[in-house]
Amino acid sequence: MSSLWPRIEPLLARVEKPARYIGMERGSVRPDHLPGQVAWLLLYPDTYEIGLPNQGLQILYEILNERDDAVAERSYAPWTDLEAELRASGVPLFSVDTHRAAGDFDVLAFNLSAELVATNLLNCIDLAGVPVRAEHRSPDQPLVLAGGHCTFNPEPYADFVDAFVIGDGEEPVGEITEVIGAWKRGGRASREAVLHDLATIPGVYVPSMYEVSYDGPRIAAVEPRYPDIPERVEKRTVADLADWPYPKRQLVPLIEVVHDRLNVEIFRGCTRGCRFCQAGMITRPVRERPVEQVRTMVEDGLRRTGYDEVALTSLSSADFSGIDGLVADLVNEQSGCGNVGLSLPSLRVDAFTVGIASEIQKVKRTGLTFAPEAGTWRLRQVINKMITEEDLYAAVDGAYSQGWRRVKLYFLTGLPTEMDEDTMGIAELAKNVVAVGKKYTKQASCTASVGGFVPKAHTPFQWFGQNGVDEMRRKVSMLRDATKRTGVQLRWHDPEASFAEGIVSRGDRRVGAAIEHVWRNGGTFQEWSERFELSRWLEGMAAAGLDPDWYVTRHRDEHEILPWDHVAAGLHRDFLWQDWKQALAEHGLPDCRWTPCYDCGVCTQYAIEHVVASATAPAGGSQGTGQDLTTGGAVPVTLLPTKVASVATTTVAP
Amino acid sequence: MKGDAGFPVRIRFNKRGPVRFIGHRDVARNFERAFRIEQLPLAFTLGFAPRPKVGFGLALSVGHESDAEYLDVELTHDPGPDGPDGLDRFPEALSIALPEGIDVTGVAPIADRAPSLQEAVTAVEYRLEVAHETPGGSSTPDAVATMVASVLDASSLEISRTRKGREVAEDVRPAIRAMELLEVDASIASLHLELATQPRNARPGDVVAALNAVAPSGPVFTEGRVLRTHQWIERVGARLEPLEADPRAPVLEARAS
Repeated sequence: MSSLWPRIEPLLARVEKPARYIGMERGSVRPDHLPGQVAWLLLYPDTYEIGLPNQGLQILYEILNERDDAVAERSYAPWTDLEAELRASGVPLFSVDTHRAAGDFDVLAFNLSAELVATNLLNCIDLAGVPVRAEHRSPDQPLVLAGGHCTFNPEPYADFVDAFVIGDGEEPVGEITEVIGAWKRGGRASREAVLHDLATIPGVYVPSMYEVSYDGPRIAAVEPRYPDIPERVEKRTVADLADWPYPKRQLVPLIEVVHDRLNVEIFRGCTRGCRFCQAGMITRPVRERPVEQVRTMVEDGLRRTGYDEVALTSLSSADFSGIDGLVADLVNEQSGCGNVGLSLPSLRVDAFTVGIASEIQKVKRTGLTFAPEAGTWRLRQVINKMITEEDLYAAVDGAYSQGWRRVKLYFLTGLPTEMDEDTMGIAELAKNVVAVGKKYTKQASCTASVGGFVPKAHTPFQWFGQNGVDEMRRKVSMLRDATKRTGVQLRWHDPEASFAEGIVSRGDRRVGAAIEHVWRNGGTFQEWSERFELSRWLEGMAAAGLDPDWYVTRHRDEHEILPWDHVAAGLHRDFLWQDWKQALAEHGLPDCRWTPCYDCGVCTQYAIEHVVASATAPAGGSQGTGQDLTTGGAVPVTLLPTKVASVATTTVAP
Repeated sequence: MKGDAGFPVRIRFNKRGPVRFIGHRDVARNFERAFRIEQLPLAFTLGFAPRPKVGFGLALSVGHESDAEYLDVELTHDPGPDGPDGLDRFPEALSIALPEGIDVTGVAPIADRAPSLQEAVTAVEYRLEVAHETPGGSSTPDAVATMVASVLDASSLEISRTRKGREVAEDVRPAIRAMELLEVDASIASLHLELATQPRNARPGDVVAALNAVAPSGPVFTEGRVLRTHQWIERVGARLEPLEADPRAPVLEARAS
């Protein structure tokens, strides 16, 4: 009864990549479900290959399965071929571990890490045999939970998700288990009751406990429906990563997946303060893992998984205290057992980084990636990505001279105050990079990858009106012309997809109806370019009576109630607004790991601190390393004319 | 030992249960990791991008099971037959580190420069289950037996197959060396097959297509479970199990240097 495998197995003979659905990874478990336990199904609403490596999901899988009062299994969005087979044969969504029906679990917990997976969230709930709208669910049906970066603006998903976990999930999953366990023992009487209890757990946001009122298109107020429900839900933060050495048993998939290697998280949080970057804003403060623990996790992990590559992951791995010593040790230790590769994703742009990279990639020097993000120094000051051209060319010169042949550069277009000369600066930089490379090798090439900027909640750019589809397209086509026959390969993200992302990124509760419309009209796997169609999203918005431009391209003002204002990442709203004005004034902001605190609000409010082994900034360029960041320039685009005059005179808070 | 050539061994393994849904290359990658987990001395190529020295056998279709898969790997040195790191320990050690359903059932040293499995294997045996039904009515065991006999009686049987991405008509009959009805009931038949791999190979699905092609008015067959039971290397009249086909010569005491 409990395993659907006999019904699933014949369907797998008819689908692509059937191994997506068999589980059996090294490190996976097949828990018995005992009556007193709370059964969690952890879902990643995209394909197995994308979802399996997700570290957040794997961490919670282990933590929950270590508890006596919980079991956890996993599931991923079935591809369209299996979905059709499941629906035709009346088989529900299932876990990959024991192939138990999703509807038999107490909790369906989703990881939301990209906006456009929203429709897959609905599809998975529906395939589980659960009503997609939270209000239609009965007490015997699973509770639908969600966590992950997208939940820092939970409102677009509020109609479909019973409760959100804001921030680090390690601690709240235990507290949630206890509340649900007590509810089960009490006979699962009413859904309202358990949701009310969940809403009292710090970091848990239950949208049905809040009333949203509107004043025309704008939000007038978001109010808790009961006195014991917090007005604002503060994110959860693990104070010390040393207490959470997870995953201890990273899953080793049988088939190839993205990031197919051992991943060891070396720190969480980032205070570089790049203003476009939501991850850097919502994961503060910086919490480094003790270097000894990193070493142990690498050694044990390699031995246990058999992987031949390990990535030291974080938002900016070269910033880890003593990264050079760690890398040297790991490279030397591994030369004993042979052929283990080390990779550092998210590298800074400077010569120090190239030094580390050359230490790592002793033999196979094919490609190196840097992210200057904007084409001119002026615009890089606006976004606080303080890389000078000297930094970049020194890094690139170092790379080519030491044997690399391909350099990849990441850029954003559609950034605040961006003018055509900034956009064209992308082409200029890339062309200069090729020229530097040609000094060393004829094969030198440079790929410039350009993404459309989508403003995100809880960042200084949350007030900025995103570029529309036409404007982004114009910029991309300008760059295409400018890079023709230059040795620069240009890649760009679909401006239409950026627009749809913008709808969800800063949407409010009313956007849920549009998401449901897209889903009902077959719009699943919208992250996949071959399945994405903007027209479905525009129809969805029209059907919901919403103006997409109002959500996407409109500048917000200081006093507008933003849909996510009742969810807090610890950043003072004043700090964000101030930083937005600083951006318009082209003022950079140093990294507070190595310079005095400017009180963004996180450490002071949550009484936590940076955990860094070294108070000295690593060698190399950029923020916090002694560069003069205080000189601003003229504001070229009057984004918010009434505010700008006062902005130009403001200096960075000491 | 330094400077000596590597030590090639041939591995035989099963692929049973859900793991049959992983592909050929995935199996190779899982073996590579199993060698690392067990710290067995797999040899690597030299150069910029070292690759493990692994030579694969005939591909097995995704979804088919097998009791007779083979893989050639090169070890850095002769680990000897017994002792804690000896070859005799390999089957158990690898089976533990490999995914559930892949079990190593034998390991044997092979000669340097032994012909690769893909060149050497000439015949493969299968147990094939097929579902059968007659449109508008149930088919009978007798009808199935008649179809099997008709395939064997035919001198040629054209079916359409995809080769290198193109649909081609191909005579599958010469590759069907033997076919025997093992069991049959009102809906499922089990067949034993022996199929040639050279000069043209045939797969179990081709035999199902042949059963459907031989008499269009007869029962309709659909492929069910497939189990590969044996692979054979045939040379000058002898029929050899791949583990025994190219044994490694005993080490000579004194070696010319």
